[in-house]
Amino acid sequence: MPSVWSQYSEKVMEHFKNPRNVGEMESPDGVGHVGNPVCGDIMELYIKVDNDIIVDAKFKTFGCGAAIATSSMVTEMVKGKSIEEALQISNRAVAEALDGLPPIKMHCSVLAEEALKSAIEDYLAQSKRKEANRDE
Amino acid sequence: MGRIYLDYAATTPTHPDVVKAMLPYFTETFGNPSSIYSYGQEAKGVIEEARAKVADFIGARDEEIVFTSGGTESDNFAIKSVAFANESKGNHIITSSIEHHAVLETCKFLGRKGFLVTYLPVNEYGLVDPGDVKKVITDKTILVSVMHANNEVGTIEPIAEIGKITKEAGIYFHTDAVQTVGHIPVDVDALGVDLLSISAHKLYGPKGVGALYIRKGTKLLPFMHGGEQERRRRASTENVPGIVGFGKAVELAQHDMGQEAERLTYLRVQLVKGLLERIDHVRLNGHPVMRLPNNANVSVDYVEGESMVLNLDLEGICVSTGSACSSSRLEPSHVLLAMGLSHEQAHGSLRFTLGKWTTEEEMGRVLEVLPRIVARLRAMSPLLKSTRKRGEDA
Repeated sequence: MPSVWSQYSEKVMEHFKNPRNVGEMESPDGVGHVGNPVCGDIMELYIKVDNDIIVDAKFKTFGCGAAIATSSMVTEMVKGKSIEEALQISNRAVAEALDGLPPIKMHCSVLAEEALKSAIEDYLAQSKRKEANRDE
Repeated sequence: MGRIYLDYAATTPTHPDVVKAMLPYFTETFGNPSSIYSYGQEAKGVIEEARAKVADFIGARDEEIVFTSGGTESDNFAIKSVAFANESKGNHIITSSIEHHAVLETCKFLGRKGFLVTYLPVNEYGLVDPGDVKKVITDKTILVSVMHANNEVGTIEPIAEIGKITKEAGIYFHTDAVQTVGHIPVDVDALGVDLLSISAHKLYGPKGVGALYIRKGTKLLPFMHGGEQERRRRASTENVPGIVGFGKAVELAQHDMGQEAERLTYLRVQLVKGLLERIDHVRLNGHPVMRLPNNANVSVDYVEGESMVLNLDLEGICVSTGSACSSSRLEPSHVLLAMGLSHEQAHGSLRFTLGKWTTEEEMGRVLEVLPRIVARLRAMSPLLKSTRKRGEDA
């Protein structure tokens, strides 16, 4: 096998080749949708929350190798974390967990962080609505 | 199966016969062509032989060929040297929106220096309309530069028609023929061009050498100042081994170009047909017929180019993409966007360019591997889902 794209770390390539948690989720508790076709990366991230703990995460991504690897990594990182802990995950932490990204690809890790935040916001908004419904 | 190289438009391997022809000029006949003793004069002799070969190949006179360091230099040379030499006559330059960056960036530079540049649009196939050239010519127009064939999508432009218009208007006409010389017939008089750029490493010659054809009587400034080389138009000690290799590559091309074009057209047609059959939502980019024999450019919906290129590379197949993600520009191919493709389609493009060592077996391997890769990437594409949803809603 020829050696591939020295710009990516082995870890990035490993997550690119075998991405974790790919696919849609049946009745997720939160969905994050970020990115746009102009820049070429679109991420969708789904979370399942039980008792304030993220018990499952899945993603779908249209994007380059780094976009797929960061999506895969961020879904791995959030599992088992509380909402508060998950909100602390920064793009830098995702990139570091992948042994770094080329500078030009750092925006992919930003997108992963945004996708996670957006999914959590969606979850919080939904639980607020549910609470309001219960109160009525 | 070893690695499969399908990026001949990026560069070609140097032909073994070319390397063999070059070797003596590194260590044996190493002299500086400007020296008057035998070593120098021998080197000078072989440069003139190579010049004659290149000139003959494109229907030019020997003295109309200037050796350069390659396509980018030739484009810079042609455009800047004509622009600055003809400033008193006018400051308007016409080019197309799908040129190579070597032309586009040079024109943008001139735009910042007070020149006025018109970037002509193209149609869905990437064709420039000669009528558009005629329409935008003013009494200030000094130069038109339109590429012979596009490097990304392979569309061959109506250069001869544009040439008639520029000749009638008395305007200099340059074409970047980097993708065509050595692959399809090129004749400077038939095309009606005054300047034409060539690069050796696109026709199995070495990197770092090329040529600019300059029609006799063209008013232009020297590109490099220094010694008397290249009739004072381009100073610098000549790249003797490179020029010899260039000459040899031209000689080889002259011999097998016709046959090779036929063979590559067959393989390319098979490849495109196979891709369209085996993968749905795939479209061919560029003109269906008026295109380079060896170029197949397709857009694969719902998947991004770099992730396809990476996956193909893991299978030992080397191709390129017009996706932003593969470059440092973070913008998808300007060529595909100019042709009216959406950003998604431009990001999902793949370019296969075939060459001398491409086989039918290799095409088969691509057709076996790519559908699998696309299916896998589509399974993780959020674009596909939302499209399906829209379909269901309707």
